[in-house]
Amino acid sequence: MSYQPIKFYQTGTFTVGNRLLPPEQRSVQAQQKRYNSLNSGHRACQGCGEALGARYAIDAAMEATNGRLICANATGCLEVFSTPYPETSWQVPWIHSLFGNTAAVATGIAAALKVKMQKGERRHIRVVAQGGDGGTTDIGFGCLSGMFERNDDVLFICYDNGGYMNTGIQRSSATPPAARTATTPAVGETPGNVFGQGKFVPAIALAHDIPYVATATVADLRDLEAKVRRAMELSGARYLHILVPCPLGWGFASHETIKMARLAKETGLFPVFEAEHGEITAVLPIRHPLPVEEYLKPQKRFAHLFAPRLRTDVLTRLQALADRNIQRYGLLEKP
Amino acid sequence: MLKQIEGSRAVAEAVALCRPEVICAYPISPQTHIVEALGEMVKAGTLAPCEFINVESEFAAMSVAIGASAAGARSYTATASQGLLFMAEAVFNAAGLGLPIVMTVANRAIGAPINIWNDHSDALALRDAGWIQLFAENNQEALDLHIQAFRLGEELSLPVMVCMDGFILTHAFERVDMPTQEQVDAYLPPYEPRQVLDPAEPVSIGAMVGPEAFMEVRYLAHAKQMEALKLIPAYAAEFKAIFGRDSGGLTHTYRCEDAETIVVAMGSVLGTIKDVVDEMRETGHKIGVLGITLFRPFPLEAVRAGLKGAKRVVVLEKSMAVGLGGILSTNVRMALSGLHMHGYTVIAGLGGRAITKQSLTKLFLEAEQDALEHVTFLDLDWAIVNKQLEREKAHRRSGPVAENLLRDIGVVAARNY
Ligand SMILES: Cc1ncc(C[n+]2csc(CCOP(=O)(O)OP(=O)(O)O)c2C)c(N)n1
Ligand code: SF4
Ligand SMILES: [Mg+2]
Repeated sequence: MSYQPIKFYQTGTFTVGNRLLPPEQRSVQAQQKRYNSLNSGHRACQGCGEALGARYAIDAAMEATNGRLICANATGCLEVFSTPYPETSWQVPWIHSLFGNTAAVATGIAAALKVKMQKGERRHIRVVAQGGDGGTTDIGFGCLSGMFERNDDVLFICYDNGGYMNTGIQRSSATPPAARTATTPAVGETPGNVFGQGKFVPAIALAHDIPYVATATVADLRDLEAKVRRAMELSGARYLHILVPCPLGWGFASHETIKMARLAKETGLFPVFEAEHGEITAVLPIRHPLPVEEYLKPQKRFAHLFAPRLRTDVLTRLQALADRNIQRYGLLEKP
Repeated sequence: MLKQIEGSRAVAEAVALCRPEVICAYPISPQTHIVEALGEMVKAGTLAPCEFINVESEFAAMSVAIGASAAGARSYTATASQGLLFMAEAVFNAAGLGLPIVMTVANRAIGAPINIWNDHSDALALRDAGWIQLFAENNQEALDLHIQAFRLGEELSLPVMVCMDGFILTHAFERVDMPTQEQVDAYLPPYEPRQVLDPAEPVSIGAMVGPEAFMEVRYLAHAKQMEALKLIPAYAAEFKAIFGRDSGGLTHTYRCEDAETIVVAMGSVLGTIKDVVDEMRETGHKIGVLGITLFRPFPLEAVRAGLKGAKRVVVLEKSMAVGLGGILSTNVRMALSGLHMHGYTVIAGLGGRAITKQSLTKLFLEAEQDALEHVTFLDLDWAIVNKQLEREKAHRRSGPVAENLLRDIGVVAARNY
């Protein structure tokens, strides 16, 4: 394949888009013929982690399937900002049905495609379902678990921004403890979201013993692409949970999205791992664990932990959660 | 081929003859026998290629059907009662997206109090969801309507609900004429979707629409339903040409020539009503029947044409608009606007209450005398109703209504299902 070498100052790293790498090592996104599945012109906020995550994930899935992909999308920011009437940013066949049924819609698509293949009316086509954390861990959870349990041939991608952003930043079961949202305001004795509630759906997905479960963040986009690729090599029910910081909902500057995602991972608050058939096979290690404050302090949703007085008690509890993740998933880089 | 089989089995065999490609099932009485039979056919390989999916809820059943239909597959599911309500959001969505899913509703009451027996509350609760709604009078018609439903729905790109009375039809063993595969194939062409998810031609289905075009989208849904009013008689005629019998259509009149009193109803109760009308005709009463097969779109003109010569109309319905009266009768009234005649609403058979010939005869005789109330609850046990009302007046904490009434009637203890 012919390609045009472009001169960059930074060489030899896996920085996404690094055009000095040989073509086979380049990210999907760095290729001139990338799919642009989620095309420009959509109406996400500046610096939206979800838009970034979706763009990388769906393009990687397109690459892995040679463009033979159908997407089902839950109601939420991603759906709303990508398809304002009469425009659409999607360059893949795409359907939005409801908020809570995306996994089931995808099951239906996969079933139809299987029959059409048997009849010789269609060639092999794969299915991806996607939604926000609300559409995945809360209202869509029944359909998701059903899809997992039947091992339907669907990759479900959850874009986790820790809340119901599209309706104005309310708490979901993926909102971290202590975070301020519109329904867990920073008032009273225990401001923000309650400790001891919520769920980590990747762990629940693991319990379904499905072929593939992984987490990723938009800070490690090569890792994200690789996980989508691996998911598409397998068949059956697969789950990818991507942490996608939301500048509007979390309260940080729009150029800090990647940094927020990296800090979530480097503190241990968001464990990044990969599992096949119920067993964890790899983690993205943390080289130097950072204290949780580094992640929390730049975000307005945690501002009440730092002023008017420093809530060391709450910070200690959050640090304990991070430490437990590091312990549980073996996140520390082995020397 | 003539067969003596259960209504559910007859419907399952008819659906199988339509070559469905994706079937989703979630059990609820009295729908179970239909999907069980289809599941067996798929597992045995007699219905192939077809995917039979045991889903985790009715909401998923309709959602799987939505995905399958959008990907171009002929899709089918069946439900009833609580199941239909549980899938309600997806029922509206299927119609809004214009996906020609066919669904059997084995009509059953809606709780609370939970009740598994027949009435029409379930389907009528979703009358404005955008689905075409057909009501079968007997098992032969139930079977035939399913074949017509796929044809109609796919032509219009609209979902179709075929309603059949739970237990009364679904569990009744009746003689039916089962068509051959050749006949069904001649009548029902392969599904050619108007919109389909296809990588070769990527489209976005289900995009957000704001005030600038929402009204137009909704109007088009209405306009498409109105087209069904023309297509249904044409398809019924074609059906007759291939299958050799009258089935479907908008409405059916029975002994309405010179009738002064016409009874309007839907579903299996029409059989009982016709028996009573036959008896009354023998003693000189000028009474007839108008059966409604198509409830949505509502055949206003056909209903008006069928009723306009009468002096009075008695709408007997297995449903109720709480706080208003009848649902079917409100629709019938719309068809009669400007005509001067007596109109009576009779709520009957809720939750499986038997509708007897004796009660109907008495009712129709009273109607002829114009001695009926505007709204009548057929065979209501006023004694226990009044007792409960008094109890509520006397004690603030009067207890759960259903339990109180059961204690009052004493004899038929409710069975747990
Ligand atoms: C049945 C139903 N309930 C509520 C809503 C309102 N609603 C639309 S999007 C949304 C929030 C979506 O949150 P999430 O899934 O996390 O996606 P995000 O917008 O955060 O990306 C809510 C609550 C709806 N559309 N449907
Ligand atoms: S609110 Fe958050 S998730 Fe939604 S578009 Fe804006 S940045 Fe993205
Ligand atoms: Mg969210």
